[in-house]
Amino acid sequence: MSVDRRTLLKGLVVGGAAAAAGPAEASEARRPEAPPDAVGMLYDATLCIGCKTCVVACREANGLPPETPEWTEGLWDAPPGLDEYTKNIIQLYREGDEQSYVKHQCMHCLDPGCVNACMIGALQKRDFGIVTWESDRCIGCRYCQVACPFEVPKFEFHSANPKIVKCELCIHRIKEGKQPACCEVCPRGAIIYGTYDMLLEEAHRRIEASPDRYIQKVYGETDGGGTQVLYISHVPFEKLGFPQGLGDEPVGKMARDVQHGVYKGFIAPTVLYAVLAGVIWRNRRSAGEEESS
Amino acid sequence: MIHRAEPVGGPIINRFTSFLLGLVGISVILLIWRFAAGLGATTALNDGYPFGLWIAFEVVAGTALACGGYAVAILLYVFNKGEYHPLIRPALLTSALGYSMAAFAIIIDVGRPWFIYRIPIRVGQWNLNSPLLEVALCVMAYVGVLWIELAPAFLEKWKETGSGGLRRFAESGLRFFDKAMIWIVSLGILLPTMHQSSLGTVMLLGGPKLHKLWNTPLIPLLFLVSCIAMGYAVVIFESGVSGAVFGRPRHTAMLAKLSGAMVVVLALFLVIRFADLILRGRLGLMFHDWYSVLFWAEMALFAVPLVMLSNARRRQHFPTLFKAASLMLFAGILYRFDTYLVAFNPGRQWTYFPSLVEILVSVGVVSLEILLYIAIVKRYPILAGRATAPEKA
Ligand code: SF4
Ligand code: SF4
Ligand code: SF4
Repeated sequence: MSVDRRTLLKGLVVGGAAAAAGPAEASEARRPEAPPDAVGMLYDATLCIGCKTCVVACREANGLPPETPEWTEGLWDAPPGLDEYTKNIIQLYREGDEQSYVKHQCMHCLDPGCVNACMIGALQKRDFGIVTWESDRCIGCRYCQVACPFEVPKFEFHSANPKIVKCELCIHRIKEGKQPACCEVCPRGAIIYGTYDMLLEEAHRRIEASPDRYIQKVYGETDGGGTQVLYISHVPFEKLGFPQGLGDEPVGKMARDVQHGVYKGFIAPTVLYAVLAGVIWRNRRSAGEEESS
Repeated sequence: MIHRAEPVGGPIINRFTSFLLGLVGISVILLIWRFAAGLGATTALNDGYPFGLWIAFEVVAGTALACGGYAVAILLYVFNKGEYHPLIRPALLTSALGYSMAAFAIIIDVGRPWFIYRIPIRVGQWNLNSPLLEVALCVMAYVGVLWIELAPAFLEKWKETGSGGLRRFAESGLRFFDKAMIWIVSLGILLPTMHQSSLGTVMLLGGPKLHKLWNTPLIPLLFLVSCIAMGYAVVIFESGVSGAVFGRPRHTAMLAKLSGAMVVVLALFLVIRFADLILRGRLGLMFHDWYSVLFWAEMALFAVPLVMLSNARRRQHFPTLFKAASLMLFAGILYRFDTYLVAFNPGRQWTYFPSLVEILVSVGVVSLEILLYIAIVKRYPILAGRATAPEKA
């Protein structure tokens, strides 16, 4: 019996410890790859003039109200960031002489935190690697908001039947053979649409061709495991509202390593259950013997 | 020394319970508003802080506080310490109520509760990478298991006082329970082991938003260990309160032994917490900013009860036990609040402090829990021993 008990305790402790150590078999060695049909966007901060044509076009293409409906009177300009009515935003960064616009929308991560979080798959990488939301599967738990390092998914807090609002790369337009609305209207070509491979190549071509003009990094190539929306810029990316301390690992990786490390499929819980039942059975039997003797 | 569980008896409605009922009533009205107007109008939740008081308090801290049934079951059934038997029923009752309230909190917190039923039935759509899915399924199952574990208390009463059909039902129920007990009790230990640890894993997905003093792959182990300590602390706390209120024997000797187990668990928690931070080179963060202060406050709340209880003689002193247990509960609650809210930083533009509605509803939920506890122990055999003093509640 003592053996049983020791095995059980070991099971409990080793489970946790194994999770901590991140066992080799459970960890995914390579970084995520883009799906073969992946499309994306490339934003070049050096070209953007902050005209916000893309913001308007995004609203039109996605049936979003032209301004925050809660606003009823007085002056109104624009929301300061993404919100439950805004899937795409242009922001301005300035410090001393340094200045840049930046466009924010969903990054369409290669290994998205939001998808990792969602319980029955409302958010998933579907066609073209685009992360889309399916109303029918959403409980409104908002865990996707906790898990997205880019603070993209927005929740309709105003509604009694709330939905998740986020850029879905205009998948409805792509399926009609058109480009995303923001890419189509940009007068400067600051945001362009294409296949993921083509965009990555183009981004590298530009920063190599003009090393003085650009920071020598394509944001999104590796960040957070990589994203299908890529950025090049003349201003360091941390200053443009990208998350600090994200690193190159997908946010879901550690949780997955821990969870699958401990659970090993469903073997560990099943074994634990059997051991528990065994121990309790023996304890009970010995208790019964004591009583009858 | 056999303590048979007996109903406390006495009227359920009195000044105190009427007051609780009033608080529950306020919540009901507020919740009607919440469902009509949405979460934005009634809560302080926002896109940066999507998890608020209801999740951090009722669900995350609440289920850990409801780990008494789990923690005592480990001692009683796994370590075969039969002497703890008088503690198991009250512990199971607080657990069953605590978990039921957590389930209720989830229903009011999520945006589309009418789709919750899809989680257990849409097996083909399960996202096995989601720690929250595991928590959701386990908690749903465990609420059921807890009430089944507690069922003999109700069945015994019906067997004695019920008539005809109800008595026959109670008798066959008790017979079934006798046979299936091992499998049910094992499930009652397995499920909390799984989801209490996963409640920690949930916040790992916060990634860079979760402060490095809290963000560690050991978080599931820390959540598990601390919930067991909280389980023991709750049992001691509850014995103190129900001893004072219902005049029940406090089992001080037994609780003193129980607190010995608590010392081991507390020490384990602190060792893991510090070893992890040191080995991962995060020592510097312990002396850095106000997060460090928070960290040390948390550690102190864990360490003080450890010191208070480490002396075997002082453990025999019930007031010391009670104080240590209360501190321990605070420690566990703070650790969970920090992980879910305070150490979670989605960016400078976001702030969160619970709205009055969130606070009042939380108060209402706790009131309902206490109300049901009082009603059940007065009518059903939960608490051990005979009343020795006139009850005051
Ligand atoms: S940016 Fe956020 S919402 Fe978009 S795919 Fe990545 S994790 Fe999901
Ligand atoms: S709020 Fe909806 S989409 Fe987001 S994680 Fe929850 S169920 Fe998934
Ligand atoms: S791809 Fe479509 S939805 Fe996304 S930002 Fe551009 S216009 Fe808006």
